[in-house]
Amino acid sequence: MIKSRLFWPILVLVLILLLNLFFDPGFFSVEVRGGHLTGSLIDILNRGAPLILIAIGMTLVIATAGIDLSVGSVVAMAGAMAAFVVSKPGLSDDSLVPLFTALALAIGLSVVAGMWNGLLVSRIGVQPIVATLILMVAGRGIAQLITNGQILTIYYEPYSFVGGGYLLMLPFSIFIVAAVLALALFLTRKTSIGLFIESVGSNPEASRLTGLNSKNILLMVYIFSGFCAGIGGIILSSNVSAADGNNAGLWFELDAILAVVIGGTSLMGGKFHLMGTVIGALIIQSLTTTIYSIGIPPEVNLVVKAVVVLIVCLLQSPEFRKKVLGGLKSKANRDAKGVA
Amino acid sequence: MLKRLNINYKHLPILVTVGLFILMYIFGSMRYTGFMSSQVFLNLFINNAFLIILAVGMTFVILTGGIDLSVGSVIALTSMVAADLIMNAQLSPWLVIPISLLVGTTLGLINGCIIHFFNIQPFIVTLAGLFLARGLAYLINIESIAITDPFFDFMAKTRIPIGDSFISISVVIALVVVLIGVYLAHYTNFGRTVYAIGGSEQSAVLMGLPVGRTKILIYTFSGFCASLAGLVFTFYMLSGYALHANGMELDVIASVVIGGTLLTGGVGYVAGSVIGVLILGVIQTIIIFEGTLSSWWTKIAIGVLVLAFIVFQRILVVRSNVKKAAGANNVDIKESSPPLKTKSM
Repeated sequence: MIKSRLFWPILVLVLILLLNLFFDPGFFSVEVRGGHLTGSLIDILNRGAPLILIAIGMTLVIATAGIDLSVGSVVAMAGAMAAFVVSKPGLSDDSLVPLFTALALAIGLSVVAGMWNGLLVSRIGVQPIVATLILMVAGRGIAQLITNGQILTIYYEPYSFVGGGYLLMLPFSIFIVAAVLALALFLTRKTSIGLFIESVGSNPEASRLTGLNSKNILLMVYIFSGFCAGIGGIILSSNVSAADGNNAGLWFELDAILAVVIGGTSLMGGKFHLMGTVIGALIIQSLTTTIYSIGIPPEVNLVVKAVVVLIVCLLQSPEFRKKVLGGLKSKANRDAKGVA
Repeated sequence: MLKRLNINYKHLPILVTVGLFILMYIFGSMRYTGFMSSQVFLNLFINNAFLIILAVGMTFVILTGGIDLSVGSVIALTSMVAADLIMNAQLSPWLVIPISLLVGTTLGLINGCIIHFFNIQPFIVTLAGLFLARGLAYLINIESIAITDPFFDFMAKTRIPIGDSFISISVVIALVVVLIGVYLAHYTNFGRTVYAIGGSEQSAVLMGLPVGRTKILIYTFSGFCASLAGLVFTFYMLSGYALHANGMELDVIASVVIGGTLLTGGVGYVAGSVIGVLILGVIQTIIIFEGTLSSWWTKIAIGVLVLAFIVFQRILVVRSNVKKAAGANNVDIKESSPPLKTKSM
């Protein structure tokens, strides 16, 4: 069991959650209140939903040795697009047409955004970090263009269901995450797509020579990342019933990359662990929740994240293991992860 | 790769940049009355002095094929440290300024050491630096701290007359940094090593160049520039605030790219980055003069420009590679097709 890749991330997650128990004995209690389950654990799952989704998309991009910096902006764009449709005054809560129009337009926009990134990377051959940087900058401008620089407030009830509603006593967003995760797991583990992605990640030229269409695989991965970010943006805007072009999804790209890295996916590409990413995203979300609930100033969050990123990256670096850890690798590994 | 390229190719991006700047300025002058005044032109420098300083440091980093995402946060941290030391600790400005400059320099040194010794991608290391610097700035104080120090006031408000118009002291600082940058890049061994690393790090190592030392120095220099820019920004805003310069690293990278520096490293000029900053300045000025355009058009315009330049650079690289391959009568698959696997992610 210790050999499992998921062991350390899960251990960290459990430690963080246990830490909470120390400060709040009722942390693990889950109650039925008003017909749905409530409690800190459900809350972490619910609030972490957008991050988990985006991190899933990011995992596949990073598996191809790429990166998608535009996800935060895509979150803002999708939220703005959906809000633009459903924030019009005088919408009747009985009609579901605006809901589906909003969802279709928002997801459509984010898929187009992903396709844009994918085309730049796969067809023009721009470095992923630069290609997605363009949309990272321009995307927020586009989001503000859609919202006209305002924060759009949503009063349309059906739309709030997406991010704030309940199904079978659980938050609806959890089901969305589960569905996307299942889709990603199915595509990458039950079909050969996962193998193709890993192949392109470790050597695109060799993959091309063996007959794989590297370019289309890259394109597909970025489209999927855009799709995930779009759904994340919808959940986020629906949850707070507002769309803010400037601040929605701010720093999401960094959190998502962090989640992927914590989950054991190397930034060098070639290998990926979707479940690890999910745990990584949950670690980040519980860390945030913990910092709030223990009463540490939330600003510390950034410093903690910086330290976590560094430790995880150092542990992944062969040079670091050789130079610093040496024979004590396994012990130091344990200590460092415990700190995280 | 760099050596075999002809001069024409090397100079083309920067010529395009200069041409674009002149065109945009002429466009502004023809469209708006009062645009063609010397003060409007000098304001480009006054309002973007900190960006110019950042761009000089960033150019060196990008020339080696790296990237420094921490610069915006370092500005915030520097402004916060300076404001806190001046207003709350009541230290003399002569003590505060060296301490503030050390903040970014130290962070840059740490970044450089981690990147070099542990061979981790610059992107992720400086990303951690971004989190760390902004987090530390928040730890000093969540609120903004206004500065009412006579020296800072003097730095902020002194006008150096040039003809009918004026510039600020910050502009002088920025121009000095640019001169130092140009000198370092083109007249020292350090500069030649920087270009060599960008051309091919492995070749640079094999040539016996001090690659490790140079890489660490570059990130230290970028950190120093970020701190200096932070001080200039503090003069400009007369306050310290953890939210200062949010996302400025993107503006800087955009200016460097628009300035004609290849993000793969090895090709580019410090002076080009300065013009890149001025182009961003002209876009903002045009949007202000237009009056009806909203601020977010700046972001969209910057995105479009960066895109145009990157595509333009790709075409140049592909073309010169095809030419080379044809010239050598030996088609090298790896170079004649756009490489999918990229150098620094």
